[in-house]
Amino acid sequence: MNPTLSDHQSLQLRRLLETGLPLTPRPFQALAEQIDASEQQILDQMQDWHEQGLFRRVGLVVNHRALGFAANAMLVLDVPDALVDEVGRRLGQAPGISLCYQRPRRLPQWQYNLFCMIHGRQRDRVEAQVQALLEAHLLSDLPHQLLFSTHLFKQCGGRYATPAGVAIDG
Amino acid sequence: MDDLDRRLINRLQLGLPLVRHPWQALAEELESSSSELLDRLHELLNDGVLTRFGPMFDIDRLGGAFTLAALAVPEPRFETIAELLAAMPEVAHNYRREHSWNMWFVLACPSEQAISDTLLRIERLTGLEPLNLPKEETYHVGLYFPV
Repeated sequence: MNPTLSDHQSLQLRRLLETGLPLTPRPFQALAEQIDASEQQILDQMQDWHEQGLFRRVGLVVNHRALGFAANAMLVLDVPDALVDEVGRRLGQAPGISLCYQRPRRLPQWQYNLFCMIHGRQRDRVEAQVQALLEAHLLSDLPHQLLFSTHLFKQCGGRYATPAGVAIDG
Repeated sequence: MDDLDRRLINRLQLGLPLVRHPWQALAEELESSSSELLDRLHELLNDGVLTRFGPMFDIDRLGGAFTLAALAVPEPRFETIAELLAAMPEVAHNYRREHSWNMWFVLACPSEQAISDTLLRIERLTGLEPLNLPKEETYHVGLYFPV
């Protein structure tokens, strides 16, 4: 049996993982050596965290602009309150939608309560994609707007914004 | 970037398996070797094509408070206010968007109180009232950039 990590070791492991996974053939062994644990203990702990939903995957953050995803659009819709959960779930599952959230209206300045992010390579393609999506879901008649980003001023400099590996999207 | 880089990026966006020899497992899938894959990953991180490799923690479970906020900034003041926000540690990122609400930024703070305080500070410093649009429901989070 593998004893579980002590609280202190778990905390150490969390800290280490915030800087990323070691780029070695046996990354979990490398982590184990740093906190005086066994490779299996690390794997068990990470499996637990994964099952508890603390992290979704050991994956990548891509520089989407460097990869050619320059057209970043925020689709906002004014959906009647009684329908917003259903519409949100449906749009959230649609291909091409990377994030989908409900947020509050701030009347009279802001009437939209459903937010979807779409990352694409070309603006006209994203526009066509959104049009098709709204038609397919019979939502074209709802008040909506598509806000393209034109410039990114700052990415994750924040003190709390960099428990690294978190997709900070508010 | 060649075909192997692309396949590696696409595959890693789905997650590295939690096993003793994860790179060996991936090498078999991608018909490569673990050392080749590690070299490629190293290079992509160095080049800035990738900005991080590791566990993607779920923001809602880490503690802390977050919100999306927006300002309607008069055009002549845009750069100055963008610089002001860039200097604030609470601001995680800031996008210019084509709309009368033209500045969209995310705040990350240790508490809800700190979010309110920060928004109030921004209002005092700029004379502009921010929209505060915290998440009320998450329907989908699935950033995936196939290359």
